[in-house]
Amino acid sequence: MSRLAVPKTYKLYIGGAFPRSESGRTYEITSAKGAFLANAAKASRKDARDAVVAARAAVSGWSGATAYNRGQVLYRIAELLEGRREQFVAEIVDVEGASAAKATAQVDAAIDRWVWYAGWADKYAQVVGNANPVAGPYFNISVPEPSGVVAIVAPQDSSLLGLVSVVAPALVAGNTVVVVASQRLPLSAISLSEVLATSDVPKGVVNVLTGSPAEITPWLASHADVNGLDLAGAGDLDWVDLQIAAADTLKRVLAPEEVGQSLGRITAFTETKTVWHTKGLI
Amino acid sequence: MTEIVHADRALALIGGEPNDANLRRYLHGIPGVDAVGLQQRAAGLGTRSIKTTSKAWALDRIIGLIDLTTLEGADTPGKVRSLVAKAVTPDPGDLTCPRVAAVCVYGDMVPHAVQALGAAHGEIAVAAVATAFPSGRASRSIKLEDTADAVAAGADEIDMVIDRGAFLAGRYGQVFDEIAAVKEACRRADGTYAHLKVILETGELNTYDNVRRASWLGILAGGDFIKTSTGKVSPAATLPVTLLMLEVVRDWYRLTGHQVGVKPAGGIRTSKDAIKYLVTVAETAGEEWLTPHLFRFGASSLLNDVLLQRQKVATGHYSGPDYVTID
Repeated sequence: MSRLAVPKTYKLYIGGAFPRSESGRTYEITSAKGAFLANAAKASRKDARDAVVAARAAVSGWSGATAYNRGQVLYRIAELLEGRREQFVAEIVDVEGASAAKATAQVDAAIDRWVWYAGWADKYAQVVGNANPVAGPYFNISVPEPSGVVAIVAPQDSSLLGLVSVVAPALVAGNTVVVVASQRLPLSAISLSEVLATSDVPKGVVNVLTGSPAEITPWLASHADVNGLDLAGAGDLDWVDLQIAAADTLKRVLAPEEVGQSLGRITAFTETKTVWHTKGLI
Repeated sequence: MTEIVHADRALALIGGEPNDANLRRYLHGIPGVDAVGLQQRAAGLGTRSIKTTSKAWALDRIIGLIDLTTLEGADTPGKVRSLVAKAVTPDPGDLTCPRVAAVCVYGDMVPHAVQALGAAHGEIAVAAVATAFPSGRASRSIKLEDTADAVAAGADEIDMVIDRGAFLAGRYGQVFDEIAAVKEACRRADGTYAHLKVILETGELNTYDNVRRASWLGILAGGDFIKTSTGKVSPAATLPVTLLMLEVVRDWYRLTGHQVGVKPAGGIRTSKDAIKYLVTVAETAGEEWLTPHLFRFGASSLLNDVLLQRQKVATGHYSGPDYVTID
């Protein structure tokens, strides 16, 4: 007996919920050979606005959690990714047209990278913070603090590894994230949303928009309530204009680049706070 | 003179002295409220799409209709001064931003508000809550003194609470007399009256029928405004309740040609919500009600959201809470 196919229409991930785009628009996700795979929501500027509101609301809780707790929560995501390995592999094979071996390698690399960043959560401050020598009876201590809301354009030519490589480091320090997924390869981002929704990550900490980066990114770049802008996947956009728009509100900006894993991506969206404290008066 | 005409008209409607029996006969003779119809109408009015130039107009109008409010036990003269500063210059980054209609404070803060307003007093009114706000549980002499105190200190408007206990117990005459007495206590030395807003506290009245009756009672007894809530009780202002009160005001206007204002207060925090109220006012009482004399928002956090929206309209970029004051 033949069975009717159930074509999916995926939604956005904003504030821990899965809403349709406010605009009602969708677009088709196709395989590497052009066959229909599923529909994805095409986010509008208002979805981006709502995502920033959700991300802002989540900042105090996420950045206020202890570094150890954030590390645990992030590590738990890696565990869930491991459990869904086959789904991610199948999606990457479908959408990228990659071989099973290459897709598996990408998923494994993404999980490993997530674990690597999770481990940094309660360690990076010890590495990049400092007790500064000063003349006088004072302790002088510099510590990194999260910037706040970080808007990210995910790498456009990678399903999962690229996405993980930009989202995980921003989360480590306690930032909350609005990420615009790869327009052509959004399946992994959508599945990652489902992983995040069932993990311990508080709602609003990660918000995933699918759709056109060219349409959404300018609104995020000029948004006064966004503190950082990672243009990793914006190489094909007019990203100099995006940098200029971001400069109006003094955002931290990362230019388009091949993304690896580095401590630098964690500290890119931190602010250094230096405090003076008197030594004992004995 | 107008006050006497007004009172005569009310008495003629009630058909006798404003005692419990006559008021009960009149108020319970008013047809009941179709609750489902009311909520559906309110929901329908809330779906209008207000964009671009209409939205810009609406945002400015909302600011001009706000009673910027601080009613906390922890209010200090300093807090009132900063509230007044915000009322005078809501958006220091854009001096074309209109001023709010009034500041609303507790009676003992009126002198501080008047002093802080200085020359702007007049353009921006000072409203004071009185009559043992928010519960209204005090003897009448205390309530009247509370009112007279605030008026003497320079309050232009008095927000009184009705005695919900008496209303719910059916002692309509007592509620009527109290409103009339407070109205008299609003009289200044020169014979003019401070504007009287009658707070029904709809969240405690339980039914739409009661809200309609209380609205009529407030208007008959001489209120210049009927106001939904103190903001201290949940639910505070809702769109259906405000629609219902606007319908009473409209009916009263058709009956007598006398215009009474409406003030929803509490729980209106976003521009989107406030625009729904503007639509409801325009569609129910009429556009001429969209002036500070006839419609107000009792709000504190609403202003910041409107300013953010206004900045978005002006610059084309989304703004953020870092660009408005923390109250």
